[in-house]
Amino acid sequence: MGEAAKTVIFEIERRNSTNEESYMEKFELPYRANMNVISALMEIRRNPVNMEGKKTTPVTWDMNCLEEVCGACSMVINGKARQSCTALVDQLEQPIRLQPMKTFPVVRDLVVDRSRMFDSLKKVKAWIPIDGTHDLGEGPRMPERKRQWAYELSKCMTCGVCLEACPNVNDKSDFIGPAPLSQVRLMNAHPTGAMNKDARLNAIMGEGGLASCGNSQNCVESCPKGIPLTTSIAALNRDTTVQMFRNFFGSDRMVD
Amino acid sequence: MENREFLLRRLHSLLGIIPIGLFLTQHLIVNHFATQGESSFNNASHFMANLPFVIFLEIFVIYLPLLYHAFYGLYIAFTSKHNVGKYSYMRNALFTAQRYTGVFLVIFIAWHVFETRFQVAIGNAAEADFNMMENILSNPLMLAFYIVGVVAATFHLANGLWSFLVTWGITQSEKAQRGATYFTLLVFVVLSVIGIRALFAFV
Repeated sequence: MGEAAKTVIFEIERRNSTNEESYMEKFELPYRANMNVISALMEIRRNPVNMEGKKTTPVTWDMNCLEEVCGACSMVINGKARQSCTALVDQLEQPIRLQPMKTFPVVRDLVVDRSRMFDSLKKVKAWIPIDGTHDLGEGPRMPERKRQWAYELSKCMTCGVCLEACPNVNDKSDFIGPAPLSQVRLMNAHPTGAMNKDARLNAIMGEGGLASCGNSQNCVESCPKGIPLTTSIAALNRDTTVQMFRNFFGSDRMVD
Repeated sequence: MENREFLLRRLHSLLGIIPIGLFLTQHLIVNHFATQGESSFNNASHFMANLPFVIFLEIFVIYLPLLYHAFYGLYIAFTSKHNVGKYSYMRNALFTAQRYTGVFLVIFIAWHVFETRFQVAIGNAAEADFNMMENILSNPLMLAFYIVGVVAATFHLANGLWSFLVTWGITQSEKAQRGATYFTLLVFVVLSVIGIRALFAFV
């Protein structure tokens, strides 16, 4: 016996508000079996004392589902963007460094504002218009195998990890990033959604759209849901090639 | 125009292969005549330099596409934030290398054109012949600069061919893109061997 109790060291990039300077603060907490980054942050919240023994403000972060389906708790952990709920302390090198995803405006500490992603979804019309002036009845059926394939694309939780990992999403570029592009492929694959295919393709052919992708493929490597983002982008590249010729040579047929 | 950026990017991708990629391949193959001796290279170089309408060929097949590709490419290179240190995947490393070689090639090609074609244009040299290259490459520093330049160019073309296939939606699936990686690797190796063999023929 007499062995020192096992501890975990966290190094957290903090700031009080968007425009304030950031600073690093270290925390040492008692180790518990199977702890993850969120349970460690909860421990810091219970007892906000840093490694120098000084009482500090509790670290703020976003979380919701705690099972990697909501996308709220994304942060940069040891240099890579991922969800903190599935980041197990046992699998991380210490000290564990937590940083906000600075591709987005940082609200406070680890909380970021992902509004731009939701604005992008609006920009690319990532929805299926079904309203008419009267009941339009049922839409066309989707083949079961296609549904299973489309389901994978629908797993996107707008978590922002692909935008953080993308070298072309930054303050010098207005690239909307991989996530909303893949949603265009999903909506265009839907039998009813396909009726407005050209509108979405023309939207992603605009400023900051599909063309800003530089094929670094960090997105597909980083996506926590395993969405084939780069395949989606390449497929949209083919669709926009066709759309480009239709626009340029003036075909009047825009919907299949 | 609403989709100006889209068209500019597509044009950048297209011009990189047609005509610039084709021109580079042709240029390296013609240079390879140097391995068969001085007169063999001079004949080939003389033939190329005296093609009919050569100034128009140069302007529309080389200068204009190359200038557009270079300047728009610089804009692309300087609007990305490189993160290969944190996300050290192969494609990200190649993405970064594509931008670094691109910037280097702007410098290398500007220097190369100044030393050869430009000297002929202003009358300092009668023709870009074997002797001219022999003189340039007799300096070991210039030889090293040219080797790096040729390898940067063949890499930039081979990797650019890979992204051309993605950009135009030809290779979509992971499998197709992996196949293209092997194919473009072969393009890189073959063109590099041709280019470097030609360089050493002048030494």
